[in-house]
Amino acid sequence: MIERTVRVTVNGRRVEKTVEVRKTLADFLRDDLDLTGTHLGCEHGVCGACTVIVDGAAVRSCLLFAAQMDGHEIETVEGLANGETLDPLQEAFREHHGLQCGFCTPGFLMTLTCLLRECPNPSDAQVREAISGNLCRCTGYRNIVTAALTAARSRAASARP
Amino acid sequence: MPAIGRSVRRLEDRRLLTGRGKYAADFRLPGLLHGAVLRSPHAHARLGEIRSKAALALPGVVAVVTFDDLGDVGRIPTRLGHQAGNVVCLQRPLASEKVRYVGEPVAFVVAESRYLAEDALDVMEVDYEPLPAVADARRSVEAGTPVLHDAVGGNVATTLHTRKGDATAAMAAAHVRVRERLAVQRHTGIPMETRGLTAAFDAGTGMLRLWGVAKIPHFNRRVLADLLGHPEHLIQFTELEVGGGFGVRGEFYPEDFLVPWSAKRLGRPVQWIEDRREHLMAANHSRQQYHDVEIGFDRDGRIVALVDHFMVDLGGYIRTHGVVVPELTAALLPGPYRIPHYTAEARCVLTNKTPTGTYRGPGRYEGTFVRERLMDIAARKLGVDPLELRRRNFITPDEMPYDVGGGALAQRTVYDCGDYASALDKALAALDYESARREQAEARRQGRSIGIGVGFLVEKAGLGPWEYARVEIDATGHVVVYSGVASVGQGIETTLAQVCADELNVSPEKITVVHGDSARVPFGVGGFASRGASVALPAALEAARKVRAKIFRVASTLLEAAADDLVLDDGAVHVRGVPDRRVTFRELARAAVPGPPDMEPGLYAAHFFEAPMMTYPYGCHAAVVEVDVATGTVKILKYAIAYDIGKAINPMIVEGQLVGALAQGIGGALLEELVYDEQGQLLTTTFMEYLVPTVMEMPESTEVRILEETPTPLNPLGVKGAGEGGSSGCGAAVANAVADALAPLGVSITALPLSPDRLSALIRAAGDSR
Repeated sequence: MIERTVRVTVNGRRVEKTVEVRKTLADFLRDDLDLTGTHLGCEHGVCGACTVIVDGAAVRSCLLFAAQMDGHEIETVEGLANGETLDPLQEAFREHHGLQCGFCTPGFLMTLTCLLRECPNPSDAQVREAISGNLCRCTGYRNIVTAALTAARSRAASARP
Repeated sequence: MPAIGRSVRRLEDRRLLTGRGKYAADFRLPGLLHGAVLRSPHAHARLGEIRSKAALALPGVVAVVTFDDLGDVGRIPTRLGHQAGNVVCLQRPLASEKVRYVGEPVAFVVAESRYLAEDALDVMEVDYEPLPAVADARRSVEAGTPVLHDAVGGNVATTLHTRKGDATAAMAAAHVRVRERLAVQRHTGIPMETRGLTAAFDAGTGMLRLWGVAKIPHFNRRVLADLLGHPEHLIQFTELEVGGGFGVRGEFYPEDFLVPWSAKRLGRPVQWIEDRREHLMAANHSRQQYHDVEIGFDRDGRIVALVDHFMVDLGGYIRTHGVVVPELTAALLPGPYRIPHYTAEARCVLTNKTPTGTYRGPGRYEGTFVRERLMDIAARKLGVDPLELRRRNFITPDEMPYDVGGGALAQRTVYDCGDYASALDKALAALDYESARREQAEARRQGRSIGIGVGFLVEKAGLGPWEYARVEIDATGHVVVYSGVASVGQGIETTLAQVCADELNVSPEKITVVHGDSARVPFGVGGFASRGASVALPAALEAARKVRAKIFRVASTLLEAAADDLVLDDGAVHVRGVPDRRVTFRELARAAVPGPPDMEPGLYAAHFFEAPMMTYPYGCHAAVVEVDVATGTVKILKYAIAYDIGKAINPMIVEGQLVGALAQGIGGALLEELVYDEQGQLLTTTFMEYLVPTVMEMPESTEVRILEETPTPLNPLGVKGAGEGGSSGCGAAVANAVADALAPLGVSITALPLSPDRLSALIRAAGDSR
């Protein structure tokens, strides 16, 4: 068993762990750091449920190894809310019924968090394009798109002086 | 403002949005072991020696379980659709002597981690003697085909018959007859969370605990108790978050025996989490049917007879759903139409493929496609507008209740109420049908292939026989609802809280809902068959009413006032006009034990709501599609659903159910197919081959009309159940729209899915023949 020591920042917290080199980033987050909000829906990079943000980019944590993450900064769904206060995107998902079973939801939230940082005022088409690599089996996507557009508007409103 | 009928935001969401929801794979115990299933690579083979020595020699591998280790284990029984003769086709937890489909469990490996368990699978050695396989139900019934189960004597497990009147004579006398062969492909629910289970055994107390169960915990606990020979009261089932159900998740599968059996044998907790490849080959498939159907009309275009001979591909074994899918197909095939003479014959056929079960709208998705496609084909032949043909044959409201002539689930199909013509009108209005037709004509002039189609459906919901609820005010004054229903992600916690909120005059957000725990909820049937709203909610409503009466009884003693003079408001009771003379729920709950002498002690009450008859929601799907003739790609431009569910407890949730179900319906209509080769190898084992709709495949616009025109008389809320109708009309509507779009090219649409490869082949073939 080959192991490596990795130093990463996860949701702003610095972590140092020794991991088996074949361990995926998703399993590292879930099993070594107990951050089980990152879900595994396919483990072959299609469904997007395991999406996390690495150095500002939305990536599939099932397709990366933990050992590749040394020195990188990772954000997961657990880092979105500020204590008990939901962030505007989470709040918009709740308000617009953008989730049902909730299993795919963390992946959508991370994909859209990334989109809204890069593109604070996206069009309907841009939102659809951004989430076209995330599968949801419950909602039919419509309310997810609405939630994302609403969150963008509320961020814009709160950013205004 | 009453909570019932309001789009209350869901109680479930906060924990799910913050990553705090605990799903099956998120559950942890100290010393947890991890299982992996060794599955058959052959569709049909004699099973020889299984050698585990190399696997057991790997570090961290704890055990390898094969059929011989299980001793005298029984077969997994049916839950629905039981036929006595089919017992010999039921599946055992591990294969013995023969394997009958690719993916059948052959051994169960337990190790210190999932990585190590999968390493062990790689070095397992199994001797197989491959046998000829049959992967096509139509070939399975032919003479000389390999037989799966010798005890059956062939590959037809059962033939089901439905008969109303004399369809043969009526068909012979019909003015016009239309006969078609129509087929629906094998596809299934595909929840985003795969299956998973954790079990732990306490040798000291004999308690066996399971986490991650779903759908029907109480029923499955009994099945497990029987299979293990373990006392039922020493088994506790606990549901965690459930990442989608759709009929597939929560049935009793082989792994549901292997995990607790191993935990008990090894004395250590064991977890098994299915991966996606396994899920696609191991969890229930569904939907595959072949129909040879004929419909007869009189001179006025009224239906005189319907005769359907169909075949259902069951796969290699019969699972917990028995033959309920073919039963339901036949029971609801007549749909909204008055059909005086009706015959159906359903052959339930075994093949060397994954066994099957229900998928959202079981039998209705298939049957609606068959009937509604047939109506459009017939309308063309009769020279009548397809909408007019439907209107002419609708059962009218004054004919209700209407006995269809068949039955399923041990009850006759008797529609409770409905105004079908109105639902059709509402769907057409939502689609803006007249404009759509004008736009279609204009588009045709530009050479674009646009089509419009409808699919009218009658669903069934509210399967009984009962559901249990208990409502309690605890000693800290909190309202708790215990329900026997299960969550499959549908928002049942919120709606249970809503119906109790109004009775107890507290806001739904302040109510705690407990479900899916056999220790905290002693009785339950579960979450399936669109039964949450129409069976579980009335149970909770009645229990809350009983508690309300007890609140007034105790308060009237404490406040020395007549119950009529008391006001219930936000967790307290006061004397009308004297707000200071009040007692809180907290005080009432404590005073209720033992409470007044003529009252059952405790501020709680239970209720069993019995539902001997199902209710029949109905509605209409309408689609506008554009077909790219060059590529065979279908784009859904506009979609409308009008669906009557009697009463919407939470319109936001109902709309979410309909649009979500629609996405699955679109998957079945255009994309999803579990494909096998002739040797019975499954070719669709990843999401690269099995295509689930993304946001890009959804209609450009979707209009939903929730109708409350005909509340059902069968429960006190008037609700019918909203889980399935968003799906079941979709295959029909999309197929009719595609057929309409391609009618000028002479393309005939008789099978799903209308995937680009299939559709372009049909377009090419039509071009060649012209």
